[in-house]
Amino acid sequence: MWRFIGWRLAQAIPVILAVITITFFLVRLAPGGPFSSEKAVSPQVQAALEAQYNLDQSMPQQYLSYLADLARGDFGPSFKFPGRSVNELIFSGLPVTAELGFYAMLVAVFIGGLAGVIASLKPNTMQDYAPMGLAMVGICMPSFLLGPLLVLVFGIWFDVLPVSGWGNSSGDKILPSITLGAMYAGYIARLSRSGMLEVMSQDYLRTARAKGLPEYLVITKHALRGGLLPVITYLGPAFAGLLSGSFVVETVFQIPGLGRFYVQAAFNRDYTMILGTTTFLAALIVFFNLLSDVLAAWLNPRLRYQFKKKT
Amino acid sequence: MESLLDVNNLAVHFHTRNGLVKAVDGISFKVEAGKTTAIIGESGSGKSVACYSLLGLIPKPPGKVESGSAQFDGKDLIQLSERELRKVRGKGISIIFQDPMTSLNPFLKVGTQLIEPLRLHFGMTKKDAWEKATSVLEEVGIKNAAKRMNSWPFEFSGGMRQRVVIAMALITEPKIIIADEPTTALDVTVQAQILKLLKDLQEQRQIGVLFISHDLSVVADIADDIAVMKNGKFVEQGSRDDIFQRPQHEYTKKLLNAVPTAQKPPSERSANPLLVVNNLNTQFSSNTPGEIIKAVQDVSFSIERNEIVGLVGESGSGKSTLGRSVMRLVRPHSGSVLFDGTEMTEIEGKNLKNMRRRMQMIFQDPYASLNPRMSVYDTLAEPILLHKIADKKGLDKEVFRLMDSVGLARESVLRYPHEFSGGQRQRIAIGRAITTKPEFIVADEPVSALDVTIQAQILDLLLDLVSEFDLTMLFISHDLGVVRYLADRILVMNEGRLVESGTTDAVLNNPQQIYTQTLLKAIPGKSLVQNNQILS
Amino acid sequence: MTEATQAGQLMEVPKGVSLWQDAATRLRKNKLAMFGLVFLIFIILLCLITPWIAPYGYEEQNLRLGASAPSAAHWLGTDIFGRDMLTRILYGGRVSLFVGFIATAVALVIGVTYGAIAGYAGGRLDGAMMRFVDILYAMPFMIFIVLLMVVFGRNILLLFLAIGAVEWLTMARIVRGQIQNLKHQEFVEAAVSIGLSPFAIVWKHLIPNALGPVIVYTTLTIPSVMLLEAFLSFLGLGIQPPSSSWGLLISNGVESMEEYPWLLIFPGLALTLTLFALNFLGDGLRDALDPRSSGD
Repeated sequence: MWRFIGWRLAQAIPVILAVITITFFLVRLAPGGPFSSEKAVSPQVQAALEAQYNLDQSMPQQYLSYLADLARGDFGPSFKFPGRSVNELIFSGLPVTAELGFYAMLVAVFIGGLAGVIASLKPNTMQDYAPMGLAMVGICMPSFLLGPLLVLVFGIWFDVLPVSGWGNSSGDKILPSITLGAMYAGYIARLSRSGMLEVMSQDYLRTARAKGLPEYLVITKHALRGGLLPVITYLGPAFAGLLSGSFVVETVFQIPGLGRFYVQAAFNRDYTMILGTTTFLAALIVFFNLLSDVLAAWLNPRLRYQFKKKT
Repeated sequence: MESLLDVNNLAVHFHTRNGLVKAVDGISFKVEAGKTTAIIGESGSGKSVACYSLLGLIPKPPGKVESGSAQFDGKDLIQLSERELRKVRGKGISIIFQDPMTSLNPFLKVGTQLIEPLRLHFGMTKKDAWEKATSVLEEVGIKNAAKRMNSWPFEFSGGMRQRVVIAMALITEPKIIIADEPTTALDVTVQAQILKLLKDLQEQRQIGVLFISHDLSVVADIADDIAVMKNGKFVEQGSRDDIFQRPQHEYTKKLLNAVPTAQKPPSERSANPLLVVNNLNTQFSSNTPGEIIKAVQDVSFSIERNEIVGLVGESGSGKSTLGRSVMRLVRPHSGSVLFDGTEMTEIEGKNLKNMRRRMQMIFQDPYASLNPRMSVYDTLAEPILLHKIADKKGLDKEVFRLMDSVGLARESVLRYPHEFSGGQRQRIAIGRAITTKPEFIVADEPVSALDVTIQAQILDLLLDLVSEFDLTMLFISHDLGVVRYLADRILVMNEGRLVESGTTDAVLNNPQQIYTQTLLKAIPGKSLVQNNQILS
Repeated sequence: MTEATQAGQLMEVPKGVSLWQDAATRLRKNKLAMFGLVFLIFIILLCLITPWIAPYGYEEQNLRLGASAPSAAHWLGTDIFGRDMLTRILYGGRVSLFVGFIATAVALVIGVTYGAIAGYAGGRLDGAMMRFVDILYAMPFMIFIVLLMVVFGRNILLLFLAIGAVEWLTMARIVRGQIQNLKHQEFVEAAVSIGLSPFAIVWKHLIPNALGPVIVYTTLTIPSVMLLEAFLSFLGLGIQPPSSSWGLLISNGVESMEEYPWLLIFPGLALTLTLFALNFLGDGLRDALDPRSSGD
């Protein structure tokens, strides 16, 4: 088991390194530097600023010194917000995005998963069509459309829920979480439905019934395990999607989270900020993928057994 | 003696989109304590549906028990509600299913699944149930039962898994066990063990067994009463001796005759080997890294011209791999395969293509061996055109000629594989094998996937083709009865090695090696063979 | 019989029903899928002939009118510059659909080629190729794309490449999986034993049987791609004015949705309905080509 985890971690490191490297050189290759959009400064001031931020060194040198800083956990100063470090900014936005992501994941997994299971119990009836229809809406309506619509209906026309901010007024976490989670709820609903349908036709359910088990036990004790496995495997990619989706949701609902910082940093050519957030987000995604793979392997007894044999 | 189960005039219909299907059309039978009632039928006869419907285990929207009664334990099963039926399932009547690989939940430990009926029907505590389950597991022959309770299903082999399934059926001490083809998916030697186990348990506990099968020879040894089923009805019913010694109905006789019991008469053969195999080794790397599977180990034999050599072995013996190695579908690791003087293991390119023309293969699964997107015409035309057997003008004529040879109706020439039955598909595959006018054919379990009555037809077709076209054949099978019918000489394989070889008569009637002896003892239906004459 | 008579016999023989025909029949019976197909054809046609049928010019402003609700003159209303929304939505559709199909085509070509080679070759080459795919899979592409678009400006070509670069991975995996399964099927072994060359085997036996999932996945990739484009355009990173796409129109609509909700609702409806149609069609194709997955 530990060997498997170790092996995957080892695979993850080159990925993160690649991300850092590509981002680093990509950003610096772009036309315009962090200070070019500012009001014109005299060449000496420009030179001084560049020296302060190490921009006068050669690229490879900058790269290596950045890696050195990174190893110490220092993402460097923000170019756009003098006096504030990237670390500071990341960690101010992180809790917000984390909470948003968490709630959205809850929506996606529980509502989506439940909808799919319910639909699979009576295929091709209303009990199937209704939840799956809603799932389809979730998939086909992007968050930047759903969000504003929800805001329009619940925030403006009916005025029952707040439309912006996070943690400022009660209930202001509801709309953003639903908006972000809706698409993934849709995918998970479809996954859990097809997973369950696949399991329902398996012989071992017939065995369970032949033993006299009531239907609800057949489903919960025997069918769910196999049926929901595809959902578990999907959690990794879902998480990655949620993080990127947060860019938009945070913009629409004006939530001061990491996603919004990232987009702003990209626009502002704030090198360190871009690098910092990209690295951080990438590490999160890679980690979560690993977690989801490990969980899926753990739940599949055959894989679990193979790991134990090797270690 | 009063019967445990008394079924009267059972009828089960399915209301499908394509119309009404009378799966079971009025059957009656009894099951008595300590005795076995067998229902024999080919696929689609309705035998499984009949038995499942007794416990309400058929899909209810399309399916419905139209009429009939089933008296068990003082009640009529057909009239019981779902809730009352659940009290019977797994307690009064248990079921053993066909495929042990799929009938256990792969996500739950064996112990967890075993104790379920105990806790459900008797309300036992987990601890007590666990103890009882452990002892039942020992009873069915699983060593280290306590440890094995914590194992997963995939950690068991096929035969062991079936023992677990039997344990699960026995654990509540039911009065009746329904066994639905319990040994069909198992090797011959394992089958013998499982059948013995069932017989012993039945005697000890005086259980009534309802045994479903398509295989008359299996049933010949264990059944007390037999019912032959076709298209939802019983065409004949009686005691075992009645059915085997005095069959009345045409269909029963057909089934009996379809079991190949005859032995091929020996014939004179000049020593003129077509195929000589020497010290052949074929290996694969398995899924676990670093591990090598030695499928074929140091095998040597030869095949004379116009001979049919039968290659027998159980699953995992390497017989299929040997066949594929000879055909160069798989690259042997070392050793030599001399076909008419040419070394097959080395050649490539054009030489290989020319050699391929002279040797062809027939596969086990008729559906998988045909490209589903090619019609019969396309499938037969491909090799004809490739090896220039005929040109575009003569193509149609050649295709029709082939279809005639294998008994396919000419009108079906443009149809696709999915529009044919299993036996017909195998005919197409055989037709394809003889398009290039080969000298040598490897037939890998060509009849194993077919119904018994169809098997007989295909075997006779193969014999006809061998004599008509002067073919030499390597016939691979796990079924000794079939091999006895067809082969001049027999090779026995076990775990990659060639264990014994000799003429059919020598190997079957005077086996030298222990493995061969075990294999022969395990063949079911001895009583059938004794009753039939050996034709000469 | 003479050859001529026998050949003539061939003509009267009943034709078999191929698997493709079987699938087409099943598809036709699926009402949702057919609705999707019809709607899709309708929208595509409409967008294709837009330059000839649009009631107003694309850039035609009517500042006196300003933003107005739907009316007889302007079926879908006008935006704050008085531009006709119906026209703008049609032109936006041209762009969105174009990006969707082209980017999918890019992903298709790369993915199928890569997957087929890996699947057929097997062994070490396959291992190496798929390891590469695994690494790419783990990368947070969204983040890169945002970066790319910001950094290199708003180039439509780059947009296609960026989107295609993300989607080809899954296509490659699917194709490779299919080819691997097929490789071990007995009819492929039979083809080998007849003496067919590897090229003939791949072309005649493997590819026709692998097409099914490829078709399904392609149909389902298009909506994915369109969403991605809309997402980027919404953030201001995709299509730039004066061009427009549905994503951009929605983005504009959000800004003024309180006073002029129709500016958000109509483009939103256009995008959502098209995505519906594509998804229903894709689902229908999947059910038609592999009846076992329908679950009944």
